[in-house]
Amino acid sequence: MEKDPALISKKVEEFLQVFKKGEEFTQELLKENEKLRYRIAQLEEMTKFTDREGSFRSHSLEERIKFLEDENRQLIDRYHVVEEENKDFANRYIEVEAENNNLANLYVASYQLHSTLDFSECLKIILEIVMNLIGAEEFSIMMLDEKTNELTIVAQEGMGPEARASIKLGAGIIGSAAKAGESFYRTGDPKDLKGVDYLHPLVVIPLKIKEHVIGVIVIYKLLVQKEAFTPVDYELFTMLAGHAATALFSSKLYSQSERKLTTIQSFLDLLKDK
Amino acid sequence: MPEHNFLVVEDSPTMRQLISFALKRIPGSKIVEANDGIDALKKLSTHKFDMILTDINMPIMDGLKLVSMVRNDPAHKAIPIIIITTEGADEDRKRGLALGANAYVPKPIQTADLLSIVNQILGNK
Repeated sequence: MEKDPALISKKVEEFLQVFKKGEEFTQELLKENEKLRYRIAQLEEMTKFTDREGSFRSHSLEERIKFLEDENRQLIDRYHVVEEENKDFANRYIEVEAENNNLANLYVASYQLHSTLDFSECLKIILEIVMNLIGAEEFSIMMLDEKTNELTIVAQEGMGPEARASIKLGAGIIGSAAKAGESFYRTGDPKDLKGVDYLHPLVVIPLKIKEHVIGVIVIYKLLVQKEAFTPVDYELFTMLAGHAATALFSSKLYSQSERKLTTIQSFLDLLKDK
Repeated sequence: MPEHNFLVVEDSPTMRQLISFALKRIPGSKIVEANDGIDALKKLSTHKFDMILTDINMPIMDGLKLVSMVRNDPAHKAIPIIIITTEGADEDRKRGLALGANAYVPKPIQTADLLSIVNQILGNK
C-alpha cells in the first residue's frame, strides 16, 4: 500500500510543528526554572542576611543596656556627690548668713559710735548697742575718776535704786575687772538669776585705750527673750571695749576743749572791750 | 523688678540703720525712716508704703498707738506691720498682734530671720 507523498509531507510538517512547539515549551520551562532557581537563591541569601542582622541587633542591644546601666550607676554616684556638695553649700550659706549678720551688727555699732563728738549722745549710742544688739535689760556705763580712783555710773538702763552709784577701783568683781583691765563673764546660765544682784554682774567689759582703762560696761540682766550670749555678742564686747572707749574719750576731750575755747573766747572779748 | 517701699519707725539711729541695712538686701527696696509714731504718720500721708516696721518704745507716740491708728485708717489699714521690740514677753506679743500687727520680732534681731518674715509677708517666697 503506497501512501500519498503529499500526505506524508503534510504529516511530517505537522509533526515538525508539534516538535517545535514542544521545543519552545521546553525552552520556556527551562527559563522559568532558571528564574525560580535564581529567586530561591535570592530568598536564601535574604534569609541568611536577616538572621545575621537579628543577631547583630541582639548583640548591640545587650551592649546598649550595659552602657546605660553603667551610665545610670555613674549618674547615681554623681547625684550623691552633688547632694553632699549641696548640703555643704547649704551649711556654708547658713554660716555666711550668720557672719553677714554679725558683720552688719559690728559695722552699724562702730559706725554709730564714731558718728558723734557729743559725750551724752555717745553714751546714748552705747546704751542702744548694749540693749538692742546684745539684748541686755539692766546694765550701766561707769567712768573711772582717776583722782578718786572710783568708778561712777554715767549712764544706765533698767537698774533699780539699790544699785551702787560708785565703786572703788579694785573692789568687788566690777572694781577688780577694771583694775586688771580684763573682761569678766559670769559662768553658768545667764538666765539663772534669783533677782538681780548688783554686786555679781553677768558681764564686765573694761573700756580701754591701749592698756589704759577709762571705764567699764556692766551687764546685770538680759532681756526675757535672750537665752544666752552668742558669738557675735563677744565680738561686740571686744569692739565696745576699744571703740566705745575711744569714742567716749574723744567726745569728752572735745566737750572740754569746746568749753575751754568758749572761756578763752570770752576772755578775748573782754580784753577787746577794755 | 517689683518695688517695695518700707517705712522703718525707730527712735534709735543704731536700730534704724541696722534694719535699713537688712532691708536693702531685698531687691527693689526703698526705705523711709521715721523717729516716732507722729513722724511715721506724717510720712504715711505723703508716701505710699508696702510695709511698716516699727519699734514699740518711742517718745511722742509709741509703736502700739501707731499700729492702732494705722489699722483704723481706711487709707492705710491694709499695710502689713511688723513690730520689732525689746518687749519680748508673751503678753506683749499677744497685745501687739491683737492690735493688728502681722508679725512680732523681739530684739536683738537676726537679719536672716527678719528678712524671712518680711519676704513671707510680701509673698516673695
